[in-house]
Amino acid sequence: MKFSLREKRAKDFVCGFLVFLVLVAIFLTFAQPAQAIPAFARKYGLPCSACHITWPELNNFGQVFRDNGYQMMNDMDSPITRDASYFPASIRITPQWHRESANNQSIDVLPITETSGEKQGTVTQAGFDLSGMDMWFAGTLFNNVSFSVLPSSDPTAVFHFENAYVRFDNIKGNHWFNFKVGKYELDLPVSEKREWTLSGNGGFYYIYHFSPFNDANPFGGIGDNQTGIELTGHSANSYTRYAFSVVSSLDGGVGLAYGCTAVNTNCSSPAGRTFDYYGHFEQAFNVPNAGYMKVGAYAYYGFAPTFVESSGAGSTPLYGRGNKPFYRAGAEWLWYTNHWNLKGVFLHGYDNAFLANGVPSNTPTGLPAGLHAPSWNGGFLEAEYVISPQWVLLGRYELIRMSQQADPTPGLGSQSNLDAYTFASRWNPFMFSRAGLAIQAEYSYIRSADITNQGGAFGGTCFGAPPCHISSNSLFFATDFAF
Amino acid sequence: MKKNVITSLILWTFCLVVALPGVAFAQDEGAHVNGFTGNAQSGKELYRRFCVGCHGDEGNGEGNNAEWLDPRPRDFTTALFRWRSTPTGTLPTDEDLYNTVTRGIVGTLMPTWRPLTPQQRVDLVAYIKTFSPKWITQKAGTPITVPAEPAETIEGVLHGRELFDKMQCWKCHGPDGRGDGPSAPTLTDDKNLPIRPYNFHDGTRFRCGETNQDLYKIFMTGLDGTPMPSFADILQPNDAWDLVHFLRTLQPLVHSKSRELWLAYAGSHKDIKPIGAE
Repeated sequence: MKFSLREKRAKDFVCGFLVFLVLVAIFLTFAQPAQAIPAFARKYGLPCSACHITWPELNNFGQVFRDNGYQMMNDMDSPITRDASYFPASIRITPQWHRESANNQSIDVLPITETSGEKQGTVTQAGFDLSGMDMWFAGTLFNNVSFSVLPSSDPTAVFHFENAYVRFDNIKGNHWFNFKVGKYELDLPVSEKREWTLSGNGGFYYIYHFSPFNDANPFGGIGDNQTGIELTGHSANSYTRYAFSVVSSLDGGVGLAYGCTAVNTNCSSPAGRTFDYYGHFEQAFNVPNAGYMKVGAYAYYGFAPTFVESSGAGSTPLYGRGNKPFYRAGAEWLWYTNHWNLKGVFLHGYDNAFLANGVPSNTPTGLPAGLHAPSWNGGFLEAEYVISPQWVLLGRYELIRMSQQADPTPGLGSQSNLDAYTFASRWNPFMFSRAGLAIQAEYSYIRSADITNQGGAFGGTCFGAPPCHISSNSLFFATDFAF
Repeated sequence: MKKNVITSLILWTFCLVVALPGVAFAQDEGAHVNGFTGNAQSGKELYRRFCVGCHGDEGNGEGNNAEWLDPRPRDFTTALFRWRSTPTGTLPTDEDLYNTVTRGIVGTLMPTWRPLTPQQRVDLVAYIKTFSPKWITQKAGTPITVPAEPAETIEGVLHGRELFDKMQCWKCHGPDGRGDGPSAPTLTDDKNLPIRPYNFHDGTRFRCGETNQDLYKIFMTGLDGTPMPSFADILQPNDAWDLVHFLRTLQPLVHSKSRELWLAYAGSHKDIKPIGAE
């Protein structure tokens, strides 16, 4: 059967129309409205997209809800107003496949043979895996009194308390005066707990946890949840916010002891009896026809012991002494438009020379000549493109540059410098009233001038003299769900 | 042939992109509040993010969560709105809708959307107006005038109390304003769903606001879609203000001069006729 040119064109036109219909049908199938309800949304009947840009990252409405002590302030917040069967609990876990790779690793020439010598190589691991699990209980106890308890496990189900606090809001009817007590995430410029990058390299902000290589300061960084009391205040729309915390110098540890660190391997090492201080202020502005912009500044000033008072000839540590200071300070700029969210965070860090070099401050001869107090600058730029409440794309660049090394050895100027790149896509195929499911694809690459790998699933030793550069990357595909 | 198919595909896609927004928002009358002009397309995106779970894709109040909510979410397709500054039976102004979005509705699961920017809230108003053709065929009503509030006096409070009794407000709201009048269990809204009269005893804020002016407007505009009628044809402004001042005496959780005056009066007069007594 032969067709004339005109018939052929007509047939092609119809073919094109059919393909078009199929594509439209596919689009409409996947472009369902977002309607998720985790524990809080289940209570209030709102879609999870109301509080989250895409869960778990908060939008401004969610920020106001959080700042009000997890309350909508519509006289429906106290648990007495809810159905008695309502229980504010959620779980979250992330089954995944991931691949971690790092070059310039030191590898035995003959496996499991210590005397065979070392060679340079790339180490790669890949496979299906599991994240830890969060079991989050959070809600109101009464009007203006709320709580959060978050037992969190590692992938082998060993639990710790990620947070546990009670908060009191709107003291004397004033939203500028609220406080909470317990263990909690500091009011950081960009919440690390609510970011949605999850891979071994891209799942955290390096500047929130950075310590220069071999730095003996046991403080794990402002990204670690801390234990103390926090005073907060905010305007009605949370465009103006402040937070001030007084926390024990424990880095969030319990039992009045610092946890294990790379240098301080005595996990029950007692902490000093001091307090650390953290403050954050931010102000937002409406940008005509382009959403709103936030600027802010923050600072953490803390102490850590340089030696331990002991008994039994040093066998029984009693409490930390010789506290020396350190600080982290910086600023942020955040811009939330209709579809684009842009974030920039800067941090400057400093550790006292005694602290950084692991020199007890009661050393009779004082600080050995040439040792310095290390300082560094870092930050990240992050761009999110919100295609819809169900689908977001992210790109991030993070860098850290040492401005002064603690160790005077020549040639170490760039040691601990770091560059990190992360790209991710997070798609929620559906969100309905009691659960959220996201399918995530992520790639993250870092290059660090360090002895050990800064990220990834493993931390090998760099092959070469310091500063030794390691390039490491993570490829990550996951189903991240919350119920 | 492949080239022709692709050309055809591009053509159809172009038609969709160009024509669909025109169809979807052909009835977009926009919204104008405080110098902001609403954009229904932007409003649609916001609606899908924030509102669809309760009010539904079609704006008919049949969202995914609607059946669990009491009171039920507003059905925008009827263009019946309770919280208005305009006379009964008329459409509200853009500002009325904006104020409701901004304020939220206390005692319900409709929260305040103040965290959204003013532009976003006006965009939402513009989109809400696309759900009913009434916004094309009718204009919003003219807002009623709220005259200056007179001073609160015991005479005014007593007169308001007399009106509350005479107009049988107590049949729904109860003699003590607890929302437990004899007619209360029988009340239904425009969807034939049970509806409870306002309980003055437990509340500090009204669903339409918290000022005396807001309360005044309720009498004079009525709450369309509920059994609460407009009294604009019956009440003179001074009568309405007296009623406002009396209702304040029913609110133990709100400090008001009217309540102080009433408590002092009631303490010294033991022979006050109960409301609702034959």
